[in-house]
Amino acid sequence: MSLTYLDAIREAQRKALATDPRVYIYGQDVGEFGGAFKATRHLIKEFPGRVLDSPISEDAMVGSAIGAAIEGQRPIVEMQFADFSTVGLNQIVNQAATLHWRTQVPCPVTFRLPCGGTAGSGPFHSQMLEALYAHFPGLIVMTPATVEDAYSMLLEAVAIEDPVVFCEHKFLYYHLKADALPAAALPSGKARIARPGRDVTVVAYSAMVHEALAAAAALAREGWEAEVVDLRTVKPLDTDTMIASVARTGRLLAVGEAWPWGGVTAEVVARVASEAFELLDAPPQRLNAKDTPVPFHPDLWTAHRPTAESIAAAARRLLQL
Amino acid sequence: MLLARVLDGRMASLYRAGKIYGGVFLGKGQEALSASLGLSLRKGDVFGPLIRDLAGRLAFGEPVLDVVRTHLGSALGPMQGRDGNVHRGRPREGLLAMISHLGAMISVVNGALMARRMKGDRMAVGAASVGEGATSTGSFHEAINQAAVEKLPLVLVVANNQYAYSTPTSRQFACADLLERASGYGVQGTTVDGTDLSDCLKGVGHAVEEARRGRGPQMVIARLLRLCGHGEHDDAGYIEEPLKASPLGRDCLQVAQDFLARQGWAFEHEIRNWRREAEAQVEKAVEEASREPGPDPYREDWCALASKHLSQVYLQPLG
Ligand SMILES: Cc1ncc(C[n+]2csc(CCOP(=O)(O)OP(=O)(O)O)c2C)c(N)n1
Repeated sequence: MSLTYLDAIREAQRKALATDPRVYIYGQDVGEFGGAFKATRHLIKEFPGRVLDSPISEDAMVGSAIGAAIEGQRPIVEMQFADFSTVGLNQIVNQAATLHWRTQVPCPVTFRLPCGGTAGSGPFHSQMLEALYAHFPGLIVMTPATVEDAYSMLLEAVAIEDPVVFCEHKFLYYHLKADALPAAALPSGKARIARPGRDVTVVAYSAMVHEALAAAAALAREGWEAEVVDLRTVKPLDTDTMIASVARTGRLLAVGEAWPWGGVTAEVVARVASEAFELLDAPPQRLNAKDTPVPFHPDLWTAHRPTAESIAAAARRLLQL
Repeated sequence: MLLARVLDGRMASLYRAGKIYGGVFLGKGQEALSASLGLSLRKGDVFGPLIRDLAGRLAFGEPVLDVVRTHLGSALGPMQGRDGNVHRGRPREGLLAMISHLGAMISVVNGALMARRMKGDRMAVGAASVGEGATSTGSFHEAINQAAVEKLPLVLVVANNQYAYSTPTSRQFACADLLERASGYGVQGTTVDGTDLSDCLKGVGHAVEEARRGRGPQMVIARLLRLCGHGEHDDAGYIEEPLKASPLGRDCLQVAQDFLARQGWAFEHEIRNWRREAEAQVEKAVEEASREPGPDPYREDWCALASKHLSQVYLQPLG
């Protein structure tokens, strides 16, 4: 059996629907059509009445999911593209994120955001919004990088009592394959050492984990051992694992596909610098996408976001500092 | 209605005396409409009220003490000092805790109704109220469309009180009548005279009944005039004199009392007694809430997540 990242997302939803009658899926074209990316294909047949097509109304989609959660349901809201979740931003950050703190009523909604770039997608179908949502207290933000994590973290997202912004990367949908679904997984909020090493720590998440691993392979051919840390969730952020890694390597490079201003890589650098400055042998570095909207043409797009080559180059510079 | 007027008035006087945390927003002149909605709903229904809905909240069963506690900053209030005044609610009991963003509560009511339906409850009705200003928001349009598509038992009450804060209706929408919006979405609509309690009870009551009988979303447009500013900080100098002098400017409470007297259902001294009883009830709540402690920053857990374990382990250094 061979499963893709996208299959894992579908299987996690199937399992959630099968094991918990409170779960339902709501989003544009998720029913008979099976979703724009087919993440819900055939689910409506197995679970009639629980996979619902919504109007193109992100604000109302999110608002209604919150109302249903108050009534004890566990909705999964599929955004067709992460980019369109900004139309529902108000409901996510003001309603879902604040509900439990204000009223002690939990808000167990999972927002699935197909995010990140693929060649030819342009400014409105490529954005990485994890930093935006991570900024708001009351939300959990997951950024799975593997087939196994896509499966187990989505199941955990649905089970958790809090609203979860689940950032699933479109580039990984078909590119990653695994032989089987995992039986157990690290809990959310725990980072994973994706590749051990002793010379430099590369902290990455989502699709960038794979670019970082490719960079590490290139560096290994030159005699450098990079340790790659996969954050898995960006909120909560596992500072301990990052610092333990930096304790081994003395150098930190934080890599993200999102923009440089503020954001997850800034948070990673700030935490390591403020909590473990003495472990650093060189100034911590970051590598992000360029500070422009995401470009359309594949040549521009490839140069816009970090790649294995640019990560390896940044690591080489850092190793020489 | 009377209790709401008295309670609102008492909160306003405490505001002027500097005893209130946050603002005070009165429903003066809107009590007939609001109370009609609260009275037409049943236990087990869902209600998403807005700032001027004290009368509806009380009629739906909100304790006076909840109101006073949030205004006076008691830690024993339903929001424990974390949110206040008009934003209070008890979502588990069907009384949603509003957020400020206008229009945003309607789809939450929709979702509660969708959940009820999934669980097999087809008897519950959900109500949301908004002002005419909120009908300009995208949220409003998305939510009414969603309710219509899902054929939800939603009752959407629009209080057209002629001004949104200081903005007159002419700067808010360009259609001749907000009622046109209902048919545009495939929703049944009616208009009521918001200054007249019996008209409100009839129109709103009918809408709630229709929704309960499975006739889909209902929209009630009420025409009235706000008899006060946006909040107690606002002297409402912008409200035009001719409007005040028009039938729209009637005080719904006075209209209702006159009606009772005309019908011989209540004499003036009885109404005076009701007012005194309401005042006593409010005073008792004020005394009680005034003695209660406020929230303690040192006891606050400062945790926004329900999953405390995640917060404790991984977010703590953020402090
Ligand atoms: C989305 C949004 N924008 C602006 C505001 C600020 N605001 C609060 S009340 C108000 C006027 C509301 O008017 P209306 O809906 O007619 O209700 P009314 O106050 O007249 O009862 C405004 C602009 C808000 N709460 N929400």
